[in-house]
Amino acid sequence: MVDVAIVDYGMGNLRSVYQAVRKVAPLLDVRVTDDAKIIASAQRVIFPGQGAMPDCMRELDARGLRQTVLDAARNKPFLGICIGLQMLFEHSAEGNVPGLGVLSGEVLRFDAKLKDAQGNKLKVPHMGWNQVKHNHHTLWSGIAQDARFYFVHSYYVQPRETSGVQATTDYPQPFVCAVARDNLFAVQFHPEKSAAAGLQLLQNFINWNPV
Amino acid sequence: MLAKRIIPCLDVTAGRVVKGVSFVELRDAGDPVEIAKRYDEQGADELTFLDITASSDDRGIIFRIIEQVAEQVFIPLTVGGGVREVQDVRNLLNAGADKVSINTSAVVNPQLVADAAARYGSQCIVVAIDAKQVAPGKWEVFTHGGRKATGLDVIEWAHKMQTLGAGEILLTSMDKDGQKSGFDLALTRAVTDVLEIPLIASGGVGNLQHLADGVKQGGADAVLAASIFHFGEYTVQQAKQYMAQQGIEVRL
Repeated sequence: MVDVAIVDYGMGNLRSVYQAVRKVAPLLDVRVTDDAKIIASAQRVIFPGQGAMPDCMRELDARGLRQTVLDAARNKPFLGICIGLQMLFEHSAEGNVPGLGVLSGEVLRFDAKLKDAQGNKLKVPHMGWNQVKHNHHTLWSGIAQDARFYFVHSYYVQPRETSGVQATTDYPQPFVCAVARDNLFAVQFHPEKSAAAGLQLLQNFINWNPV
Repeated sequence: MLAKRIIPCLDVTAGRVVKGVSFVELRDAGDPVEIAKRYDEQGADELTFLDITASSDDRGIIFRIIEQVAEQVFIPLTVGGGVREVQDVRNLLNAGADKVSINTSAVVNPQLVADAAARYGSQCIVVAIDAKQVAPGKWEVFTHGGRKATGLDVIEWAHKMQTLGAGEILLTSMDKDGQKSGFDLALTRAVTDVLEIPLIASGGVGNLQHLADGVKQGGADAVLAASIFHFGEYTVQQAKQYMAQQGIEVRL
């Protein structure tokens, strides 16, 4: 049985995710796959995403993987990354498209006229290493409060319910950068590109046994 | 708060890291995989590899280097040099690059930037611009490793690249490159002010104050440097500590 399936629906490069998971779990069978059977039978599923959300939704459907991802998000350890977080929500302002609706809330764009406290223009996309204020979810084990992770995104999620929020980041206002529900955890940043802190989070996901 | 990034740049040719002065006079700086690992350990925020002989020599070497680095270094990797078509972007991403930098080909075929961004997302498309001052407050875009004038105005060009889908601009001052006298701060400021997307300043870093100036005076979102790190003058960690002392937000 495959230990970790990384869902490949043709959007972006999944090699980084694969390499990082292999680094923390060298003995596991890790697959980058678009095969619904492998994803359905895998112990754990990672759902990444790059590019624009409308394209991601279209390609996911083109490969017939929507139901497979919905099932995985409901019944096994599941990690969404970047657009893989955004797609879990009901609707995105990017292209005005519906998402998978696993979580209630929407995906909004950063204001183009953001400024920091000193009045300097803040660029969009929000790109680079920013601090993550997190709670006590087991996936944060061994990760310092305000640890920096690598972000690159122009849209952010706004959950309707705050109970699932696991972390926020300021740009300049706080936005939600991690959510969880039961067996599901999803992050806006890229753990696979966030050096030691990111590898720790992936390690925690591999060790995670949600009830 | 979002940190300003420090990005060591590795110019690669024939499998070695080299560094030139104003784009010529190359000097050997070592093995790219070893250097990449060292900078990662020192806390580099990203790494940029430029395949500076991509037009003529063996293209396969850079793929093998990126594959090896990507297995061991878990920070963003940008690769540029000789990217001419969408397939080149795909091949570099598949080798382990997170972003691809497009320079000459963006001028020859601006549609490449739009096509690559549409296919792989703006987050992985960096447009590199080599700029040379032609009049006070005016800079021209050069291509082909700085050998060919294009007649394009740098500020207009950077804005056009953003419109076509670039996720980031890597701006190099040809006048300053290798001179160790600091960034062209007027150029950096002029370009960053017209952009919504992040700007990486490049060309001219000779000491740590130059890095701080690039952020504080130039308004850069990230600073790129090569020789001050390659030849052991400073570590990336020293650079970050210096910038932090100047009140700049960095990842320590």
